[in-house]
Amino acid sequence: MSVTYIDAIREAQAKLLGEDERVFLYGQDIASFGGAFKATKGLAEAFPGRVFDSPISEDAMVGLAIGAAIEGMRPIVEMQFADFSSIAFNQIVNQAATHYYRTGVPIPITVRLPSGGTPGSGPFHSQSMEGIYAQYPGLIVLTPATVSDAYHMLIDGVALDDPVLYCEHKFLYRWLKAKSINGEHLPIGQARITRPGKHATVVAYSAMVHEAVRAADRLLEESGWEIEVVDLRSVKPLDMDTVLASVARTGRLLALGEAFPWGGVTAEVVSRVTEEGFHLLDAPPQRLNARDTPVPYHPKLWAAHRPTPESICDALRRLLSF
Amino acid sequence: MLRSRILENKLSSLYKAGKIVGGVYLGKGQEAVSASLGTALNPETDVFSALIRDQAGRIAFGEPLLDCTRSYLGSVEGPMRGRDGNIHRGRPKEGMPAMISHLGSQVSLVTGMLFAKRLKDPTSRAVGATCVGDGATSTGSFHEGLNVAAVEKLPLVVVVANNQFAYSTPNYRQFACGDLVERARGYGVGGFSVDGTDLIACATVMREAVRRARSGDGPQMVVAQVLRLSGHGEHDDGSYVPEDLRSGHYGRDCIEVAIRQLTDRGIVTVDEIMAWQEQNAEEVQRAVAQAQQEQAPDPYQEDWSALSTRFPLCQSGNQPIAQ
Repeated sequence: MSVTYIDAIREAQAKLLGEDERVFLYGQDIASFGGAFKATKGLAEAFPGRVFDSPISEDAMVGLAIGAAIEGMRPIVEMQFADFSSIAFNQIVNQAATHYYRTGVPIPITVRLPSGGTPGSGPFHSQSMEGIYAQYPGLIVLTPATVSDAYHMLIDGVALDDPVLYCEHKFLYRWLKAKSINGEHLPIGQARITRPGKHATVVAYSAMVHEAVRAADRLLEESGWEIEVVDLRSVKPLDMDTVLASVARTGRLLALGEAFPWGGVTAEVVSRVTEEGFHLLDAPPQRLNARDTPVPYHPKLWAAHRPTPESICDALRRLLSF
Repeated sequence: MLRSRILENKLSSLYKAGKIVGGVYLGKGQEAVSASLGTALNPETDVFSALIRDQAGRIAFGEPLLDCTRSYLGSVEGPMRGRDGNIHRGRPKEGMPAMISHLGSQVSLVTGMLFAKRLKDPTSRAVGATCVGDGATSTGSFHEGLNVAAVEKLPLVVVVANNQFAYSTPNYRQFACGDLVERARGYGVGGFSVDGTDLIACATVMREAVRRARSGDGPQMVVAQVLRLSGHGEHDDGSYVPEDLRSGHYGRDCIEVAIRQLTDRGIVTVDEIMAWQEQNAEEVQRAVAQAQQEQAPDPYQEDWSALSTRFPLCQSGNQPIAQ
């Protein structure tokens, strides 16, 4: 018996609906249809009057959730794809994110963003938006990489009083399986050492954690390098203590992400390590991201657009050669 | 209406004297529309999401004068504590959401408040209202919000104060339909037109729109024809408004019209109005004086956190910006 990443997301929502009457779900095709990815399958039947289909109106979906949150509810909004949250950008970054600072009234909404690429999805169903949202004050951005984190971080995220962007990776939905959802439960704001090592640190999050582990396995087998992989778990807050402690052990940093290369999470990690831990570094810190083009449609182009175990190994070899 | 006009004249003077930092946006000429809406609502149960020309409606709905003067004058005692100013103020937990500058955005927010009220209590009779201008009706946010409210058949009242210009852009560069009220049918909501310079007409229409929303008829849209009797803000002289519009029907001052309506019908006397004016001028003066005496926000006392959550394990998430 195994549990997939998307099972964990559905189970977390079922638990939230069952235990907290303030929670309701709002999104496109999520009620009787169960959602484009079936993340809400069966929930409308199990929780009548708590799961609502919305029109194709991302701006109004988040606007409605914000209003409901002011009235004491804890809405979870499903974006059909993270890419479409650009239509809701204004409500997220200007209405939700500024509200607590301006008025003292927090906005406990959770916006689920089915993120990242899968083969054949193309430019508008593949994006990784975490860096954009993390740039704005007033938002919490979660990027679970494991089945257990997918479960616990959704529950913990909904419990927070602030707006949460929950970035769930579509590639992990059915590919990633675990024996149970009750794995290690760390608090939001704490990163995890997924794989200990001593020669270099890879800081990753979401699906890239698994690619980093693959690359690390390969390098160990090939040349005996022991690579430490840090899973950020949340990109905001960013657990620099764990990152700096790892860099202190290894002296080398590769920041790895699936988003576009200009700015973003990897740039933030490199910048902060350089600023706060320059003395710990034995080599110039490196970044590896997707390429600076829209996400391509064809699986061959897509596989070369995002970081892969091969390109991660190449980057690590360069880093280790200094 | 009177109190709003007296207050806004004072705000204008303070702005011109350099006592107010940032913009000053007035509702001169739109008081009949705004006050009629504010009066038609029940502050105990309802929601009023005011826009930039709703000083009169805010007063009618029960917002204290001090909220206005403190926000404009940057007092740390105000509801926004100097973190936001002027017309962006509000008390969201008391049915007065704080607007953002992105027009049309409040429509879905009020819709969400009503959605939640209905979830919590299916017998809720609360109504939510918001105002927009003619310009905001061109936004996607307005369209999405009103459509969702209509799909959910929520008790929302949207008042469109068509003051002929969105900043300097005239109606004919803003929309191509003959009259904005025609859109109500397209959304499947109730539609009303009213002469926004006529207080009695406004009061009648707003009361009816609110009544229908409250009785379960779904969203209502009221389109009021007005002309703002000031610039977009006090930095703007409104010189783009042609003379024939200024001297035409909608260029008349709704407060003068209201005074005539009320005195002609014997509802109030001129002496009573003079007394109201005097009393309101005193109250405005007191609210200004008090806000002026209060402390400005202190950057060293700010916690500089945009989140209510504190992450003990991880200070970096909400680290103060280095001084």
